[in-house]
Amino acid sequence: MKRIARRLLVPLLLLPACAVLAQSRSLEIDIVGGNAAALPITVVPFGGNCGETDVGGVVRADLGRSGQFRSPDPASLPERPTQGSEVAYPTWRMLKQDYLLIGRCVPGGDGYRTEYELFDVAKQERLLGFALSAPAGAMRDVAHQISDAVYEKILGVPGAFWTRIAYVTASGLGRNTRYALVVADSDGYNPRTVVNSTEPLLSPSWSPDGRRLAYVSFEGGNSGIWIQDIATGSRDKVTSFRGINGAPAFSPDGGRLAMTLSKGGNPDIYVMDLGSKHLTQLTNHFGIDTEPTWSHDGATLYFTSDRGGRPQIYQMPASGGSATRVSFDGSYNASPSLSSDDKKLATAQGAGNTYRIALMDRSTGGARWSMLSPGSLDESPSFAPNGAMLLYAAREGRRGVLYAVSADGRVRQRLTLGDGDVREPAWSPYRKR
Amino acid sequence: MTVSLSHVGRFLTLAALASAVAVGCSKKVKETPPAETPVDSAATTAPVTSTTPGAYTPADLDSDACLRQRVVYFDLDQDALKPEFQAAMSCHAKYLRDRPSARLRLEGSADERGSREYNMGLGERRGNAVSSALQANGGSASQLTVVSYGEERPVCNESGEDCWSKNRRVELVYSEK
Repeated sequence: MKRIARRLLVPLLLLPACAVLAQSRSLEIDIVGGNAAALPITVVPFGGNCGETDVGGVVRADLGRSGQFRSPDPASLPERPTQGSEVAYPTWRMLKQDYLLIGRCVPGGDGYRTEYELFDVAKQERLLGFALSAPAGAMRDVAHQISDAVYEKILGVPGAFWTRIAYVTASGLGRNTRYALVVADSDGYNPRTVVNSTEPLLSPSWSPDGRRLAYVSFEGGNSGIWIQDIATGSRDKVTSFRGINGAPAFSPDGGRLAMTLSKGGNPDIYVMDLGSKHLTQLTNHFGIDTEPTWSHDGATLYFTSDRGGRPQIYQMPASGGSATRVSFDGSYNASPSLSSDDKKLATAQGAGNTYRIALMDRSTGGARWSMLSPGSLDESPSFAPNGAMLLYAAREGRRGVLYAVSADGRVRQRLTLGDGDVREPAWSPYRKR
Repeated sequence: MTVSLSHVGRFLTLAALASAVAVGCSKKVKETPPAETPVDSAATTAPVTSTTPGAYTPADLDSDACLRQRVVYFDLDQDALKPEFQAAMSCHAKYLRDRPSARLRLEGSADERGSREYNMGLGERRGNAVSSALQANGGSASQLTVVSYGEERPVCNESGEDCWSKNRRVELVYSEK
C-alpha cells in the first residue's frame, strides 16, 4: 500500500510585544442537541506518543461538532487498533460503525510524525493513509487537518476545522468596560488577544488570505476602521471620518474594503480601493444602510437597510446601481452572512423581543427559510468557509456566548469564555498550508 | 418643569456620572471613580438664580438643575425627542449661546437588541435628534459633535425593558466648558 507523506507547514505566529498579548483562558465546550442521522465513525484514541495533545479526541470533537458524524465514547471500545494490520472489520461492523479512524504519533525532530488511516467498514477498504510532521506546539493543527481530510473524503466537501475564528470580548460595565479582539482555533482553543482597548471594538472581518483583520475601534473618541496584520500586530487606520466608520468587509480579491460611513449625514455603503484609498459611495438613501457583505464572486453586495421602514436585507451590484430587497420573512433581518456558494443567506431575524439566526436557502430556486437558533437574543451569524457550519452570538443571562451550529440546524455547540462577554464571531477563510 | 421625582433622581446620578466622565475624557483616558457622593449635597443647595438672567458659567453645569440634565432617553425604535426633554434642550442651547467656546459631544446609544452595526445607526439618529433640538433652540452646529456608540456602552446589561430603556439614550458630554 502506498503511503503519501505530507510535510505540514505550520505558520508559527511570531507574536510581537506591542499589540499582541497572550491569553491563557481557553473556551469550554458543551454540545447542545444531536443528530440521529449522523454517520457513525469510531475515532480510536491515537497510539504511540502524541505529547500533550489528544489528537484522536480533537478529531472526534471536530467531527461531532459538524453535525454530520457521531462517535462512540472511546471508553466503550472493545479494541483499540492503532495501525491497519490490527483492524478486525467484524468488530466494527457489529458495532454498526460505517467508518473507523486510527492513528499513532512518533516523536521526531522538534515534534511528532502523526500517521492516520481511515477505513470504510462495510467495504473493508482503506480510504486514507497519510502522515503529517509538525512541531509539538502544532499538534492541534495536525488534528484539525486530519478532521478536514476525513470530512472531505467521506462527504466530498472540504472540512473547515483547520481554520480560525475572531471574536470580541468585553469585561466590566459602562465606561470601565475593557474590550479585546481575540483570534482562536475554530474549536475555540488557543485564544490569542490581538488588540486590547478601553474603548469599544467591534465588527472583525477577515482578509481573504486570512492574514489580516479589519475592525472598528473607538480609540480616539470616535469610530475608526483599522486593518491589522495578525502575525506581526502592525496596523493602519483606514478611515476616521466624522460620524460612523463601521462594518468593514474585505472584497473576495482582497483589494477593496466595503464599509459604512455616515460622513454624508446618514449611514451609507461605500467601497474603498485599498491600493489608492479611493472611496466610492454605493448607496445614497436617508435610511440606515449598513453591514455590507460581498458575494463570493465579488459582483454583488448584500446589506442591511431600513429604507422600507424596518431593517431588511437588500442586494445591489458591487459596481453600483439600484438595490433590491432580498428578505421578506420576519419583521427584522440584519447582519447578512453568505455561504461560499452564495445560495444560503443567514441573518439575525427579529420578531418582537426575540432574535434568532435564520437561514434563507435559495439552492432550490425560491427562498426557503429555516431557524438555526432558539433565541432569544441571537445575532452576528458567520458562515464557515465550507458553508456547512455557522458561528453566532447569543446572550445567556448577562453575558454573551458563542455557538457553532451546523447549517442544517441539527447540532449546536456552545463555546464560552471563562468570564466576560463574548460577541461578534467571524469565521476565517481556509488557511494556506 | 413636569418631571417626576424618580426622574430627577435618575438625572442627578447620571448627570454626575456624565460630568465625571467629561472631566476624565478631557484629560487623557479612563478610570473615572464612581462619582455619586457629591451629588446629594450639591443637589439641595442649587436653586436656580432666576433674578438675574445672566449668562451661564461652567460652574452652572454642576449647580443648575436644568443644565444637570445630561441624559436624554428615547422610546423603543424611536429617535423623536420626548416633550419632557424640551426644557433641557433650551437650557443647554442657552449655555452654548452664552459660551461660544463650549463644545458638546452628543453620545448616542441603543439597547442591545438586534445587530450592532444597525444599532450604530440608531444611536446616531438619536444623537442627531438632540443636535437638531439644540440648534433649533439657538445652539451652533459648530459646537456640537454627534458620536454613536450603538449598543457598545450600556449602563446596565440585564435583558429586559427596564434596562433597555436606560440604554436608549443620548449623553451630553461637554468636552470644552
